[in-house]
Amino acid sequence: MDIFDFSDGREGYYGEYGGVFLPEILHATIEELLTCFRECKADPTFWQDYVALLQNYSGRPTPITHLENLSRQLGGAQIYVKRDDLNHTGSHKINNVMGQGLLCQRLGKRRVIAETGAGQHGFATATMAAKFGYDCKIYMGAVDIARQRPNVFWMENLGAEVISVEDGQKTLKDAVNACMRDWVTNMADTHYILGTACGPHPFPEMVSWFQSIIGMEAREQILKQAGRLPDRVYACVGGGSNAMGIFQGFFDDDSVELIGCEAGGQGVGSYMHSARLAYDDASVGVAQGYKTYFLQNDQGNMNETHSVAAGLDYIGINPIFSYLWEQGKVRFEAATDTEVKEALKLTMRTEGLIPALESTHAFVTAIKEAPTMAKDEIILINQSGRGDKDIFTIADALDDSKWKSFIAGKADQYRTENK
Amino acid sequence: MGLQAYIEERKKDKDLLVMAHVVCGYPSFEDNMQELEIMAEAGVDLVELQFPFSEPSADGPLFVKANEESLKSGTTVDQCFDFMKQASERFPFKILMMGYYNTAFKMGEDVFVQRIKASGGVGYILPDLPVEESSNLHKLSQQAGIEPIILMTPTSSDKRLATLGEASRGMVYVVARKGVTGSKTNMGDDVISLVKRCRQHTNVPMGVGFGISSKADMDFLRGTADLAIVGTAALKTWESSGAKGLKVFFAELMA
Ligand SMILES: Cc1ncc(COP(=O)(O)O)c(C=O)c1O
Repeated sequence: MDIFDFSDGREGYYGEYGGVFLPEILHATIEELLTCFRECKADPTFWQDYVALLQNYSGRPTPITHLENLSRQLGGAQIYVKRDDLNHTGSHKINNVMGQGLLCQRLGKRRVIAETGAGQHGFATATMAAKFGYDCKIYMGAVDIARQRPNVFWMENLGAEVISVEDGQKTLKDAVNACMRDWVTNMADTHYILGTACGPHPFPEMVSWFQSIIGMEAREQILKQAGRLPDRVYACVGGGSNAMGIFQGFFDDDSVELIGCEAGGQGVGSYMHSARLAYDDASVGVAQGYKTYFLQNDQGNMNETHSVAAGLDYIGINPIFSYLWEQGKVRFEAATDTEVKEALKLTMRTEGLIPALESTHAFVTAIKEAPTMAKDEIILINQSGRGDKDIFTIADALDDSKWKSFIAGKADQYRTENK
Repeated sequence: MGLQAYIEERKKDKDLLVMAHVVCGYPSFEDNMQELEIMAEAGVDLVELQFPFSEPSADGPLFVKANEESLKSGTTVDQCFDFMKQASERFPFKILMMGYYNTAFKMGEDVFVQRIKASGGVGYILPDLPVEESSNLHKLSQQAGIEPIILMTPTSSDKRLATLGEASRGMVYVVARKGVTGSKTNMGDDVISLVKRCRQHTNVPMGVGFGISSKADMDFLRGTADLAIVGTAALKTWESSGAKGLKVFFAELMA
């Protein structure tokens, strides 16, 4: 199956989803990007350089871990985890960022901008910009800055400027709008490093291409380690880049079921969630440069979204998934905030793994389904990131009194120093 | 009378027409009506009514706030069309719908066109809808006799301008500079040469917008553009000095 083999006149479309819906002023810029991307994709040395860079800089290939304790405890399928949390900067985001960093060299641009929700994409972009010598500006919603402060700290210390976005809901979608506004002004010297498989063509294809390294590695590794293909593959879905990454490795394997796990937030009917396909609240629309399912009202204005995981707290889903969902190729489920906190505790205690709150959504669904499967069946979960960045949120969720008194003590210390 | 004929007619008495802008429901529809009264009195020729959208990614800070506040106060598409109808019956200027494509997409392109028509509008500006995606909407518009306003920009190549020129009806909106709405544009030779370049690809009248705020800008555009498009500067004036200020603003602008 090659979803990127577009028919005539339908370039950038997956079924009726995708496309390019941008102001005219960006037409030339997006054409330039598309041409450059096509050259990179057609050039085998580009991919070789990309893989070498990730090996030398980010520790790829990331391993696969068999969760023997958890599998035994649940009494069903054997659970394996693809460890993209072991990347430099702690998530899969760096794959896409390093790829676009190389592409940006070919574009000859010297400034990069990016939106970020959880801060992982911003952190990866700031890191790449430091290494490649680009000027870097990161747009991040004020709400997300407050909940992902450790990543803001690293971005700034890596030399990036972090702009707090105060419009709208002050989360990921508003950071995307802020990037668009920067880009329509500074496109001559600036490349917009979009962090997920959303936005106008060629971003969904390009980001998916860079992330496909996850699935390529994972397929080979599971065959070697478990002796056969997995029965089900689970990945969390914000915009959908890590899920596209791992799923692509199994697109041609009809025996493998692919499950995307969205943010159920406060649950069905709460209207405080980010589940576009797993729940019934989204409809097709056009925003932020592309056509897909959005959480919006009947007037076409976007609804408020919510998730305990900032990286999943977003209105739209990548257009490729809207299509693959309609085709029955990918199943979508949602995990609620409460389920995520419980699954995180379980994973930490039984396996010593600390998945990011985003990635934990995939664990929730896998943990629910594993007991219903046979012991010789195989589950593969993509652990897209590690939870270090979530220490404040998790400490609050677990109501950890020792952590709280530590922070209170630190606060007192700073207050005294400032006097 | 079609938009192009209307503009040509008005140009018999004036060398530079003015198109003004309000964001529907911001600060309120009552305020909008007062603004339109002042604009009509000052002799404004064309007004774009912006239907608020939750993701106004082509707008600058002031219009972003206006979109957001309007939606917060509960503005609906129905109210915007009602307002368009009232305004088109009451004032001599012509009215365009301005907004983002999702507003049209969500109600259906045919309904969108019919509702503009029924509300007395003569066309629409959808800055996030490229010509590649417009063929059905343009066809429906032609059947209904309203105009899709095409944008031409400083980054458009001659080849691109030819494509845009082919699709243009009524008038063209020439974007004077890169960026979003709101900040000041330094009117210079590049604006003149851009309009000249655009004119090579179409015969429809040219409106120039983005950052126009003063009589000096108007004087600069005279002889180059057919219309000056004034957006943020008028809203800024309304916010800082109300009806009185806005009267003075348009009086000075159009002196
Ligand atoms: C660790 C992690 N996983 C997943 C996501 C969601 O993005 P995507 O769906 O593009 O993989 C994020 C986004 O910030 C993230 O930080």
